[in-house]
Amino acid sequence: MTEKLVIVGNGMAPGRMLEHLLEKAPGRYEVTIFNAEPRVNYDRIMLSPVLSGEKAYEEIIIHGDGWYIKHGITLYKGHRIVAIDRDAKTVTSDHGVTERYDKLVIATGSVPFILPVPGNDMRGVITYRDLDDVQAMLLAAQSREKAVVIGGGLLGLEAAAGLAGRGMDVTVLHVMPTLMDRQLDPAAGYLLQRELEGRGIKIICKANTRAIVGNGKVEGIALDDGRVIPATLVVMAVGIRPSVSLAKEAGLAVNRGIVVDHGMQTSDGSILALGECAEVGGMVYGLVAPLYEMARVAAAHLAGDRSAAFVHSDTPTKLKVTGIELFSLGDFADGDDREEIVLRDASAGVYKRLVLKDNRIIGTVLYGETADGAWFNDLKKKQTDISEMRETLIFGQAYQGGAPLDPMAAVAALPDDAEICGCNGVCKGKIVSTITEKGLASLDDVRAHTKASASCGSCTGLVEQLMTLTLGDSYNPAAVQPLCGCTDLGHDDVRRLIKAKGLKTIPAVMQELEWKTSCGCAKCRPALNYYLVCDWPDEYADDYQSRFINERVHANIQKDGTYSVVPRMWGGVTNSGELRAIADVVDKFEIPLVKVTGGQRIDLLGIEKEDLPAVWADLGKAGFISGQAYAKGLRTVKTCVGSDWCRFGTQDSTGLGIRIEKFMWGSWTPAKLKMAVSGCPRNCAEATCKDIGVVCVDSGFEIHFAGAAGLDIKGTEVLGLVKTEDEALEHIVALTQMYREQARYLERIYKWAKRIGLDEIRRQIMGDADKRRAFYDRFVFSQKFAQVDPWSERVSGKDKHEFRPMATIGYGEAAE
Amino acid sequence: MTWFPIGNIADIPLRGARCVKTPEGKIAVFRTAENEVFAIEDHCPHKGGPLSQGIVHAKAVTCPLHNWVISLETGKALGADEGAVRTIPLRNEDGALFIALERLMAAAE
Repeated sequence: MTEKLVIVGNGMAPGRMLEHLLEKAPGRYEVTIFNAEPRVNYDRIMLSPVLSGEKAYEEIIIHGDGWYIKHGITLYKGHRIVAIDRDAKTVTSDHGVTERYDKLVIATGSVPFILPVPGNDMRGVITYRDLDDVQAMLLAAQSREKAVVIGGGLLGLEAAAGLAGRGMDVTVLHVMPTLMDRQLDPAAGYLLQRELEGRGIKIICKANTRAIVGNGKVEGIALDDGRVIPATLVVMAVGIRPSVSLAKEAGLAVNRGIVVDHGMQTSDGSILALGECAEVGGMVYGLVAPLYEMARVAAAHLAGDRSAAFVHSDTPTKLKVTGIELFSLGDFADGDDREEIVLRDASAGVYKRLVLKDNRIIGTVLYGETADGAWFNDLKKKQTDISEMRETLIFGQAYQGGAPLDPMAAVAALPDDAEICGCNGVCKGKIVSTITEKGLASLDDVRAHTKASASCGSCTGLVEQLMTLTLGDSYNPAAVQPLCGCTDLGHDDVRRLIKAKGLKTIPAVMQELEWKTSCGCAKCRPALNYYLVCDWPDEYADDYQSRFINERVHANIQKDGTYSVVPRMWGGVTNSGELRAIADVVDKFEIPLVKVTGGQRIDLLGIEKEDLPAVWADLGKAGFISGQAYAKGLRTVKTCVGSDWCRFGTQDSTGLGIRIEKFMWGSWTPAKLKMAVSGCPRNCAEATCKDIGVVCVDSGFEIHFAGAAGLDIKGTEVLGLVKTEDEALEHIVALTQMYREQARYLERIYKWAKRIGLDEIRRQIMGDADKRRAFYDRFVFSQKFAQVDPWSERVSGKDKHEFRPMATIGYGEAAE
Repeated sequence: MTWFPIGNIADIPLRGARCVKTPEGKIAVFRTAENEVFAIEDHCPHKGGPLSQGIVHAKAVTCPLHNWVISLETGKALGADEGAVRTIPLRNEDGALFIALERLMAAAE
């Protein structure tokens, strides 16, 4: 008969325990989980990357809903257990669900510590513990106002960096003299403070908070020394306390945490506890590695293996703020019986300190360069006598035994039991043997099978090097296609990091994202220019030298070096005055070819570059502006004559087409954007093979997208049906903006849609009115800067140098 | 060899190019991000594209017609492509630029 296992809490520790248990004793238990948070098990370590925008919530889910279904586990989301009846062996949730257990696991985690100061319950005071807190911070950050983070430890600094990255003016208050005083010595704390200050974060150490001031809502923080720091958001990150009240009320032995033995057993033989709420050997833990060790032990006991025992080990600490390399391990206080080795490189911002006792490493602080962290950790763990290599120890593993090793050789030289992934306690031998035995070929496979680099991800580089060592050339670490040869990053990473790090110039992108070339190439520069134009419409100064010639001179280059010019004809409608002006221009400049385009306008071909401004001047007098037939941007909106003329027409398709074109002209998009509006399903404007199309019907407007009629031929997909012209415009604009923000440069809308999924697009544009409106508003904002006719600008003299030779040398003009 | 004045370095945008018309055809004069100046024939060895209209990066230009990358120093096509354009001697005297044309001199006599 299966036994009933009930788990209170659904964090990372019980999640890991279940994985082990399902492997060791599948089918032994019928599992029920109560989660006070209304969601599945996600990677809490990665909340900071979510806050900074480097990850999305979906990317940090450990067990999706499908996992629970697949393993027959019942998960109550949003149920907080309020009582344990140990006699009846039942638990009861705040929603009144009662469940019987044979074995109970308490994994209630911890609660953030709230400073006992006046005003700590005001609106605008939050903690940093779960996804709800992150969402509250993201919401507050939209105001771009002032935030104060209380607590200069790991969590507080990650919160501060995230909020600053989101545009808030952030001050960190820390009660001790230097930051992260529990993990860093003062020297490293100072370097960290300088780095954060360089990023615009204000830091006040030795700051004692007296009160939070405000009127129902936070307005600032009063310090003991009388200073008041204004703030609309206060994040308390001053520490955590094991969450023990449930266990205490149930009469279990509780000290700081729920007291358990080395087998995770509480004072009740049917109840285990693990995670941040558990106290083992007098210690409570907050980092993931020991919690995962608890999970392994608990699972073994539940599976009937009584021999498993939890063993304490020091865990290295790392700060998850992009661009800050920091590693701390063990004990690094000064002492008479201790020696230290210190390396400083001020210009490179590097500081390394090893604390030794009896020729053995007992503590390590690395700042600025942390590659040797794993090696020092290994030496410390094994209590290796380092007297032989003392002289060069601080320079790291690469300097031991003669010539410096390259990074690959350094990894190759690591012993099999060297720990690679600190979070999950995975050693080199385990990774290598799993790769070989299971024939793993991708990083994701290795993560799935070994858990290495599956938590905080900071050992990903090491894991990839191991894969290269094991698999040789058959392993291609660049599963993501790099944007070009100048970088290893793909388009998506570059776009994400531009936003996350607030990069607003091409040189800033190249510097911060470590471009391998000095000024890029013809592939990456136009892409970066587009991303920056799209992301910072009001702040970024368009770099014309990074645009392809057609967009630089606003005409289409032809094979003989002449240009073609296509004026805008709104919705394909023209009149005698416009046609006369075109005829006159053709005569005056002896334009060799006049042709009607597929987008319902007129192309003038074979114009010399020097004549372009004069041609535009004449066209401009007749009211023409650039048709942007050269742009990765809005091209034409093709129309049929619609209900005004056509006996089948159901709506004014011409009018809608013109309205859309007048609203959207000038906008830059990842690739060209061609549109059409057909007045009835006979579809004379061929709207169903366009990037975005509208097919009018009696009941309204059917919006289509993701068609293609070029290299690929593809009919459109239906986005949805809307009733009014206004709605049609709003949906089309929102869809365009979503595409603008998410697609890769030169990726047409049909390829983007295929990649991210049609349903996802429908969900965001049709199903989420707030999101749609936000996309729409951002497009409208961006248009304020985009709707300037480039032709009239150049007629007025802009970029004159583009259209004139620098010099003309005839005969007899030598310098002498 | 005779030197002809063609203007000032400031007439050329950084990471950009201008052309000079000569009886021998167009010459493209480039200015790199590092403020170096190079002159080559404005004629891609591939299909004759106007190199002066390309995107300038490091000491190279990408032709606007079919993306050949041409070295500004040697005039040679970089990467897998083969071909070269003539480089033109250029003198930079505190920003005043001169190019040398040989055949032209003979014609001018």
